[in-house]
Amino acid sequence: MIKRIFILLALLGLILMFLPFLRDFDFHDQLGELSTQYVEDSINDLNSQNVVTSVVVTYRGLDTLGEVTVLFLATAGVGFLLRKKNKSQNPRKSSELLQTASQFLFVLIIMTGIYIFIHGHLTPGGGFQGGVLIATAFLLLILADTNVEFNHKVLHIVESFSGTFYVLLGLLGLLLLGMDSFLDPTIIPLGSYGKLISAGAIPVIYSLVGLKVGSELTTILDKMGGE
Amino acid sequence: MISIIIIVLGIIMIIAAFLAIHFKSLLSAIISAGVISLLASVIYLLLAAPDVAMTEAAIGSGLTTIIFIFTLKKVKKGDPND
Repeated sequence: MIKRIFILLALLGLILMFLPFLRDFDFHDQLGELSTQYVEDSINDLNSQNVVTSVVVTYRGLDTLGEVTVLFLATAGVGFLLRKKNKSQNPRKSSELLQTASQFLFVLIIMTGIYIFIHGHLTPGGGFQGGVLIATAFLLLILADTNVEFNHKVLHIVESFSGTFYVLLGLLGLLLLGMDSFLDPTIIPLGSYGKLISAGAIPVIYSLVGLKVGSELTTILDKMGGE
Repeated sequence: MISIIIIVLGIIMIIAAFLAIHFKSLLSAIISAGVISLLASVIYLLLAAPDVAMTEAAIGSGLTTIIFIFTLKKVKKGDPND
């Protein structure tokens, strides 16, 4: 009984806490000062068609680096805790139909993922979404054929190289453009607006993020389910 | 019109969240939690945020659900009473 009263009190406290937000909430018809600055700058200075991408990669680039680091640490933790012990059990092989279809779909899903992170500065999506799609393609292989083996050396090499190049690109900005331009994409020529080669280093950075996320999540999925 | 759809989706999300707590079977609870993320991604799409919608659909409803199911399988394998 007393537990229920405490639960009700906690709920009441939460409601009281969030009530001011509801009271002060109103729809804006136009962008605020900062958002206007972001939209104008990303089109004029960065030549990027997708404003979200230019915010994520450039104006909040350090946050993205932090997210990638968090994901790296999570993968390292999973790899440390879930070491593969025995892979002796040999379940029945999946059918010919399932294997052929999964191999066919695998290529298509990988291509869609690569498309999403290469076109991150033009269309919705980017490194994280494309990387997750690539991991999903490997998941399809794991689910369809339970005896599949991944080359962990290749996965690790792709992951560490993309992470290193991401940080090196950021440091290159410091070197070339001055002290306050870590992860500035203008180190590479900006190209023309709306084309694939535009927005400076943003597509390069997002491709690196996509490769890194894809290889990390594939490692996690393989560690969790691939036995 | 869009606000009506969003309200309906939100009500379904609350129902799914309630079911996720109250299901006896853990697998049903996991799938119910995946449904919440899927509907959230639809709402993001209706609110004109396709970037967030893609992330939510891929990570929230796809990858997280799968990792939970894998974990459930692993936990059940170690359980001697099962």
